Amino acid sequence: MSIKSATRLMVVLKNDQMPFKVKAEIIKKKVERFLFGFNDRKGFLLKFVIYSLLLGIGFVYLYPMLYMFVTSMQSLGDLLDMSINWIPSSFYIDNYRQAYSVLNVRPALLGSMQIAFFPTLLQVAIASIVGYGFARFEFPLKKVWFGLMIFSFVIPPQILMMPKYRLFSDLGLTGSLSAFTIPALLGQGLNSTIFILIFYQFFRQTPKSLYEAAEVDGANQIVSFFKIAVPMAIPAFIVSFLFSFVWYWNETYLTTLYLTSSSTDISTILIQLQQFETSYESLYPATEASPNRINEGIRMAGTVISILPLLITYFFLQRYFVESVDNTGITGE
Amino acid sequence: MKIKRETIYGYVFILPWLIGFLGLVFYPMIQSFYFSLNDMRITPQGLRFVYTGFNNYLNVWLQDMFFIQELLAFSVDTLIRIPVIVVFALIIAMLLNQDVKFKGLFRTIFFLPVIVASGPVINQLVDQGATAIPMLDQDVIMSLLNAIFPVWFASVLSDLFNQIITILWYSGVQILLFLAALQKIDPNLYEAAKIDGGSSWECFWKITLPTIKPLILINLVYTLVSLANSGQNPIIVLIYQNMFNATRGYGFASAMAWMYAIIVGFMLLMIYLVFREKKSKRFS
Repeated sequence: MSIKSATRLMVVLKNDQMPFKVKAEIIKKKVERFLFGFNDRKGFLLKFVIYSLLLGIGFVYLYPMLYMFVTSMQSLGDLLDMSINWIPSSFYIDNYRQAYSVLNVRPALLGSMQIAFFPTLLQVAIASIVGYGFARFEFPLKKVWFGLMIFSFVIPPQILMMPKYRLFSDLGLTGSLSAFTIPALLGQGLNSTIFILIFYQFFRQTPKSLYEAAEVDGANQIVSFFKIAVPMAIPAFIVSFLFSFVWYWNETYLTTLYLTSSSTDISTILIQLQQFETSYESLYPATEASPNRINEGIRMAGTVISILPLLITYFFLQRYFVESVDNTGITGE
Repeated sequence: MKIKRETIYGYVFILPWLIGFLGLVFYPMIQSFYFSLNDMRITPQGLRFVYTGFNNYLNVWLQDMFFIQELLAFSVDTLIRIPVIVVFALIIAMLLNQDVKFKGLFRTIFFLPVIVASGPVINQLVDQGATAIPMLDQDVIMSLLNAIFPVWFASVLSDLFNQIITILWYSGVQILLFLAALQKIDPNLYEAAKIDGGSSWECFWKITLPTIKPLILINLVYTLVSLANSGQNPIIVLIYQNMFNATRGYGFASAMAWMYAIIVGFMLLMIYLVFREKKSKRFS
C-alpha cells in the first residue's frame, strides 16, 4: 500500500459526514486489495508466500556457501576461537593467498577453461543438429536409434569405463584434449543424451507450418535450421551451454583417467583441488619452527576459488534468459 | 527404389551422433556385454576369459544377497523422490519466472546446486556437515507428523523430510530446465487469457502446463537417470565393489550392471508411456 493511498484513506476516515458503515466498507475493501491484490497487482499474501519460499529455499542453498566463504576468511586463531562463528575478527585473506599458490591457479584455470569450453561448444552445436534431425524428420530405424541413445544413457557409466578407455587409447585419443573434443564432436560427450533430448523437445514445439512456409519460399534445410529452428530454441542453447560447461568443469574422474595418467601438462582446477592436501604439504612443509598445517580456512578458500568462475559465468549468462525471447520476434504456436 | 528425401535429411542431421555411437559407444557396450557372459579376470598377463553363458545373470539374482534388497529400496526411493523433485522444481521455476525483485541474484542462488551437486564440492560440504540445516529439530517435526497422520503416511512423510535437503540439492538442473521452457511462453498468451476472464489457476493448467509438458518428460528422465547412476546410489557402489572383488570380478559386475540398466530402462519406458504426447490430443 503506497503512502499516497494511505493518506487518502486517512482523509476518508477523518471525514465526519460519512456514516460509519460506508467507512467500514472502504476499509474492508482496502484491506482486501492489500492482502489479495486486484487486477494485475499481486496481493501482499501472495507476495509474502513467494518471497518467503524463495528466501527459505535460497537460504538452504546459500548456507553452505556462506559457511564456506566465512570459514575461508578466518585465520587460524579465529577458527580455534569458539566465540567466533560467523564474523571473522579481522579482514584476513592470507588463506586465499596460500590457496592461490597451492592450486597453481593460472595454468590450472587455463586447463579448466580448455576442457570446459571447447568440448561444450562442440557438444551443444552437435546436440542441436542431432536433436533437430530427430525432431523434424521421419526416417526408417529412427525409433531404434532413439531407443539406443537413451539406453546408452541408462547403462552405469562405471561399467563402460574400462572398455571405453581401452578403445580410446587404441584410437590414440588419450593424453590430449581430443579425448574430450572428439567424443563431443561425435555427439558422445558428457551426458550428451540429455542435451539431444532437450533440443529434440524444443524443436518439436516449433510448428511444422513454419518450416513448410519457409520451404515454399525456397529455403533449404540448412537455412530453415538456422533461421527458424535456432532462434526459437535460444533458451535451450543457454541451459545446454551452462550445464555442459559446469559438468565438464567439475569432471575429475575422466580427466584423471584420460589426461593425468598419461603424462600431459593439462591440469584443471578441480584436479588441483583433489590433490590440495599433498600439494600444500610439499609447498609449505611443516617444520618444527613453523607449525604450518593445513586448516579448514585454506581448504575452503581453495574451494571458493574453484567455483567462482562458474558463478561469474552464470551471473552474466542468466540475463539472456529473458532477453532471448523478446529478441526473436517470432512467436510460436 | 528411390530413397525418400526426408530419410536422407534425417540421416544427414543425425550422422555425427550415429558415427559417434557406433564408433565410440556401441563397441564398448558390446564388449561389456561379452564380459558379462564370461568369468573374467584381470591378470598381469592380460585379460582372462572363461565363457559361462548367462550364469553371471543367474548369480546376480541367486547369490548376491544385497542386489534384490537394494533394488527394492531404490525403486521405492525413486518412486517417492522423482515426483517430489519435479514438482518442486516446477514451483521454483515458476516463482523465479515472475517479477520478483533481485531476480538475477535469486537466479544465481538457485544455480548453486547445479554447480555444487555435480562436483567434488558436495562431498566436502557433506563432510563438513554444512548441507544439514542445524536449526531444524527433526524429532519435534516427527512427533508432530505422527500425531496428525496415520502411521504409514507419517513414516513416508518423515522419510521425505529427512531427505528434503538432499532433494533440494539435486533439483538444480530441473529448475533451470523448467525456467528455460517457461521463457518460451509468449506473455501475450497470458494477457489474452486474462482478458477473456481466465484466472491464474486456469492459465496454469491451460497454458503453462501444456507448453512445458515436453520438458516435464525430460526432467523425469534426467531425474531418474541421475538418481540411478549417481555415485551415492548403493547399487552403483555394489557394482563397483564387485568389479574389484576377488571371487566375482568384472564379468559378474558387468552382468549386474546390465541387469540394473534393463530395469532402469524399463522404468524409463513406463514414464515415457505415461507422459508422452499423444498426437491426436495436441492443441494447435
